Amino acid sequence: MEKTPFIWPFTIGLIFICSFLVIIIGIWISGLSRIDKSRISHSIFTRKSLIAIRETFMESLLHRKIFRKNPVLGYMHMSLAFGWFLLIVVGHIEACVHYKSMSVPAYKAIFYRYFVIEQASTTSGIVLAAVMDLLLVFILSGVMLAYYKRFNSRRFGMKKTTQLKTGDRIALISLWLIFPLRFLAEGVSAGIHHNGSIISQPVGNLLAAVLPVQSLEMPLWWAYSCSLTSFFLAMPVSRYMHITVEVVLIFLRNYGIRVQKRIDGFSRLQVFSCSRCGICLDSCQMTHAAIKDTQSVYVLKHIRNKNLTDEKLFNCLLCGRCQPDCPVGLELNNLRITQRIESTKEYNSSYEYLKHGKVAVSPQTEVIYFAGCMTHLTPAIIKSLKEIFAVADVKYWFMDEDKTACCGRPLMQVGQYEAAQKLIDHNRERILSSGAKKLVVSCPICYKVFKEDYAIPGISVQHHSEYLLELMADKRLPVNKMPLRVIYHDPCELGRGSGIYHQPRLLLDEYSELISIKNEKEKALCCGGSLANIKIQMNERNQIRDKAMEEYLSYKPDVLATACPLCKKTFSKGHNLPVHDIAEIVYMAIRQQKNDAKEEASTEKEVRKVEFWD
Amino acid sequence: MKDFGFTVVKQRTIDYDQFDGRLLNEIIEKEPSFKVCLSCGGCTATCSAANLVSFNVRRISLLLRRGETTELESEIKKCMLCGKCMLVCPRGINLRNVIMLIKKNVQKHKTENS
Repeated sequence: MEKTPFIWPFTIGLIFICSFLVIIIGIWISGLSRIDKSRISHSIFTRKSLIAIRETFMESLLHRKIFRKNPVLGYMHMSLAFGWFLLIVVGHIEACVHYKSMSVPAYKAIFYRYFVIEQASTTSGIVLAAVMDLLLVFILSGVMLAYYKRFNSRRFGMKKTTQLKTGDRIALISLWLIFPLRFLAEGVSAGIHHNGSIISQPVGNLLAAVLPVQSLEMPLWWAYSCSLTSFFLAMPVSRYMHITVEVVLIFLRNYGIRVQKRIDGFSRLQVFSCSRCGICLDSCQMTHAAIKDTQSVYVLKHIRNKNLTDEKLFNCLLCGRCQPDCPVGLELNNLRITQRIESTKEYNSSYEYLKHGKVAVSPQTEVIYFAGCMTHLTPAIIKSLKEIFAVADVKYWFMDEDKTACCGRPLMQVGQYEAAQKLIDHNRERILSSGAKKLVVSCPICYKVFKEDYAIPGISVQHHSEYLLELMADKRLPVNKMPLRVIYHDPCELGRGSGIYHQPRLLLDEYSELISIKNEKEKALCCGGSLANIKIQMNERNQIRDKAMEEYLSYKPDVLATACPLCKKTFSKGHNLPVHDIAEIVYMAIRQQKNDAKEEASTEKEVRKVEFWD
Repeated sequence: MKDFGFTVVKQRTIDYDQFDGRLLNEIIEKEPSFKVCLSCGGCTATCSAANLVSFNVRRISLLLRRGETTELESEIKKCMLCGKCMLVCPRGINLRNVIMLIKKNVQKHKTENS
């Protein structure tokens, strides 16, 4: 032991990081709400834990999601994570087998080749030594790729990469050094003691031939131990916290815990689980307007460093494009909204005037139509829907034809949940008193809030695409397929926000020729008009819109269809391509069919007249 | 008195020596697009809140420039942040940010003063 003081830096580092993790994760879990805590205690001994173990294996070790993004990037992460994990596990087994004991101290396994200077003689010993050599080479291949990626990230399918902090840099350099140093240290020991295996022995022989291995052995093992220590010490202030914290996150997520509308242990856990890989940067459309410092990865970094400004927090469209790409599966939008609530909680309006104002009594009806503020700026949509309702003979009450409060969603998007609740209560009362069974909404922004936050018993909330599809299925609407090449633009709040991808497509398929495009459904682009961003300037919005339009125009469509009045309004400006809501397209088809029928009837009459005169 | 449908505005004075320009400067610094307002009133015409209560978005600019913070604070509370004003604005002014900035800074000055 006196000759091997190099084990101490490693041991101290290991004790430090383990106790740090136990304390901080303990604080986070104790900071959860009572419901969340009972979720943990009820789920911990169920199948959910097994599913979490499987997910940990697939995502934290094999990195399946990164493989899908780019195979080389996936291999790099897998070789480091899975390789290192196996190196620790197999290393311990090797030490246990050698010392014929079930409990071997960590340093004896980590510095095995230093302590065990005789070559393995048993079959299991030979096999394990060979496996360890192969594992180390496997990890080194990943480290080599990591070196290369630093200078050429484009080769790995990533256009952009994140900026590093000092803590990150120390941890990164340590991580880069750990495995090459271990490789050299084992090689040098093999050169002296001939205790190497299939790879380390030839390397050792080579090193012994060209280098003074005797004097290099101790410094190399020291360097290996110190690189491990500096990695452990830098971990709490670096992005590599995700290695361990992500595992806890996967378990809690499988127990049904989600980010709430407040900052708590779970939201902190999510913030620390961000690996700052920067995959979210590539999908962010803000870069099209040269806004490069407000993306999810940076916001999470600022939350962690406690230096988040409103300028960055509110400069996001909340389109949610980054979320499906996140390899850790973080709730990026909800985390941002949680911060927005915190930032604006001191000045929520009370909207007293809604209580005192005279609101017309709701008429008794089966169906309510709510257009929403945005649809009132696109009167063609309202007109089309009115005509369609007339054709289908729908008896409805147009709730916000004249004077109605906003649905509350725009307030929620900037974090004013308390204020939004006042509007929700007001509208809910009006809806309830009408005795309706169905609420049809032609704006996805309103749709999301009616569906998720109004909680009106006995009322089914439907987006107009769902309702029109239902009318069509009931044969209350005539079908007419127009020879129009149509591209469908998924509105963020309807698609990623509410999971409605198919209904508008089914409808468009019946009334036009729908073409599928590269960026659709979960990958759909944002129009740039989102109300969630209160910092972006109009010219920047236009840049985002133009870039999306550029892609749509490359398919040479006749019409760009959408299901959101705000998207329609945004896309209508600056380009010649006609932009229509699905309601307009359906109405266009019905009207065309009617006109055709009229023409046919008049020509038939003419024919009959001719016959008569003959 | 007979009601002719007119109101007589009470006489009042704005003392510019007492003018508190903090709010205006902060808004212009953080949201420079506010400077290009031409007071066309499109925002007021389309406003959802103005449908329900006496509320004039265009007046916010006036109140801000006059430094009438107390009235501004009670007026701004009526906004529902629906965003129609921003979409109809011919100058593309980011009005929702102006409103949020006023709310935030009024609150900030209150805590500073107390």
